[in-house]
Amino acid sequence: MTLPENMSRRVLLMKLGMAFNACVGVVLAIPILRYLLSPIVSGHKGAYPRWLGLGPLTQFPAGQTRLGTFVNPDVQPWDGATARSACWVRRIDGENLQVFAINCAHLGCPVRWFPEAGLFMCPCHGGVYYEDGTRASGPPERGLFEYRYKIENGNLLILAGELPTPGSPTASLVQIGKFPCG
Amino acid sequence: MRLIEQVGKWFDARLQLGDTLRETAGHPVPRQTASWFYVFGSGAFMLFLTQIFTGILLALVYVPTAGEAWNSLQTLNHAIPLGWYIRALHGWGSNFMVSIVLIHMVQVFLFGAYKYPRELTWIVGIFLLLLTFGMAFSGQVMRFDQDAFWGIGIGASICSRVPILGPWLVHLLLGGPIIAGPTLSRFFALHVFVIPGTLLGLVALHLLMVVKLGINEWPMPGRIVRKATYEQEYHALVKKDGVPFVPGAVWKDMLFSGFLLLCLALCAAYFGPYGPSGQPDPTIIQTVPRPDYFFLWLYALLSLLPPQLETPALLIGPVVGILALLLLPFIFGEGEKTWRRRPVAVLLIALVAVVFFTLTSLASHAPWSPVMDAWSGDPIPPKYLQKRTALERQGALVFQLKQCHNCHELGGQGGKRGPALDAVAVVKTRDQLFRQVIQGGGNMPAYGKNLSPAETTALVTFLVTLHPAGQAPARDASRAVVSAAPLANKP
Repeated sequence: MTLPENMSRRVLLMKLGMAFNACVGVVLAIPILRYLLSPIVSGHKGAYPRWLGLGPLTQFPAGQTRLGTFVNPDVQPWDGATARSACWVRRIDGENLQVFAINCAHLGCPVRWFPEAGLFMCPCHGGVYYEDGTRASGPPERGLFEYRYKIENGNLLILAGELPTPGSPTASLVQIGKFPCG
Repeated sequence: MRLIEQVGKWFDARLQLGDTLRETAGHPVPRQTASWFYVFGSGAFMLFLTQIFTGILLALVYVPTAGEAWNSLQTLNHAIPLGWYIRALHGWGSNFMVSIVLIHMVQVFLFGAYKYPRELTWIVGIFLLLLTFGMAFSGQVMRFDQDAFWGIGIGASICSRVPILGPWLVHLLLGGPIIAGPTLSRFFALHVFVIPGTLLGLVALHLLMVVKLGINEWPMPGRIVRKATYEQEYHALVKKDGVPFVPGAVWKDMLFSGFLLLCLALCAAYFGPYGPSGQPDPTIIQTVPRPDYFFLWLYALLSLLPPQLETPALLIGPVVGILALLLLPFIFGEGEKTWRRRPVAVLLIALVAVVFFTLTSLASHAPWSPVMDAWSGDPIPPKYLQKRTALERQGALVFQLKQCHNCHELGGQGGKRGPALDAVAVVKTRDQLFRQVIQGGGNMPAYGKNLSPAETTALVTFLVTLHPAGQAPARDASRAVVSAAPLANKP
């Protein structure tokens, strides 16, 4: 076999060395990437949300909207208070409810319920929603995020555990807000 | 003295760095660049080193976990002697660093320093700017108070709007499904290892290019940059009228850096540390999150953009902006350097500055946000209640109770979300007020469902009294015509 002029034995060995390192690099990159992407893989196909208890239904009187709190399913011992989340429970009557995420559908700030005005107001960019979660005014393009709920043995449960954002899978659980004219 | 010299020689014999250092320090620079306009780069570098130092001091105490970070800041503020001062130095150092980096960039832009052959120096500088913003944002997250917590929520919401990849990006940003322990841990890694490490590397590259290519000469009208001749001209200039950087120019850099450090020390001592604000407990909803100073403009923009424009602006705007900055030296790589002959460049800077300061100042009083406690905290001025009927006063009560005051000012108090109502009766008739209250519109929610007919009547009756003395309330002219018409048509 004849070697090209610039391919001495040493150059060949150096190139072999580079190729060997590249191969090892690729082999190492696979577990590293899998480690880095674990938050995506764990949450694949909506695996994060779980049925979580908000307590007995009697805590939420008919005709009122009250704050419900729950502990998220995927938490660590060092999460502190951030393991918890809140939601707004609107009990219309009987077992007819609406459970809204606390996060504004605009950019996620916590909306506050004003019972006298019958409105949810956001302290950040000024989004306002009606009591049924539909958009009233401000920058949000849609109504509040709504959790699915069920009642078991007198306890209220919601399907939650993931930060609701406009693009997240939880958004598919959610009614699209009406756009009142004006 | 001789001992020091001998030790120095011993080290240099092994390090072999002395000649390189002497050569670098003494490299000639054009005489006119030994100017007070050329001190911002070294000032930014000095502030970066200060941030590294105060950051390490904070890391001696700070606990980067979601459950304890806030508590450890309380310890720093209140329990450890002068812990508050180190926090203040680091927090104010961040403001100083962002400001000086921006001023440096404006100076470089106006002096045409991005032109041939310094294109790459400029591009590395753009990345240094982005990383500086990255430090500022991740630093705000380190505070892990309510502002930080909801600030990450906003970041996640913005990420979620990216088509297709959105939900994945959110999980990657948060390190899981919610803002919690893994979120703070990854921002800690970014703030303490990844971004500062990259910054150090790029700063070294940036400086290397400044030394190798020479500092940008003082721009003169008519001194045109041409790729074919520039390097020759530059070397001729340096040869004819150059001074060694040390000590010819460096003393101004040193004085300015010292001045910056002194200002920083005084600011930190006088204003103290930032926060932390309330505990990062997502179930505490009595919170009004606000970003730090250098992100206020973005906060204002997100409030003021029309809803339909927001997602495109958020996703396309930064890409276009950064691309424009990166392409600048390639499109305008030759020609005049001086700002005196580049009116568009000057106007552009003026425009950006006006937009930045306008948005920032708007954000500092946030007229778009309802004042959440105005209905219970801001009373109606007594003059609007004196000599009023019972029904009108009942209407004032409805005004407070139904939280109209959260969005509408009366007597200079209350929200600015909607118009101030001190003279509403002058612009709207009774009927128009009824319609507005019940149906809403023009960005006002409809209150039809939440007010009984009696409450609505009382509220509107009160609103009709709101007009300045001597200025009659608006009236519906057609009413008068209609009611007068049958009489006129009588045969």
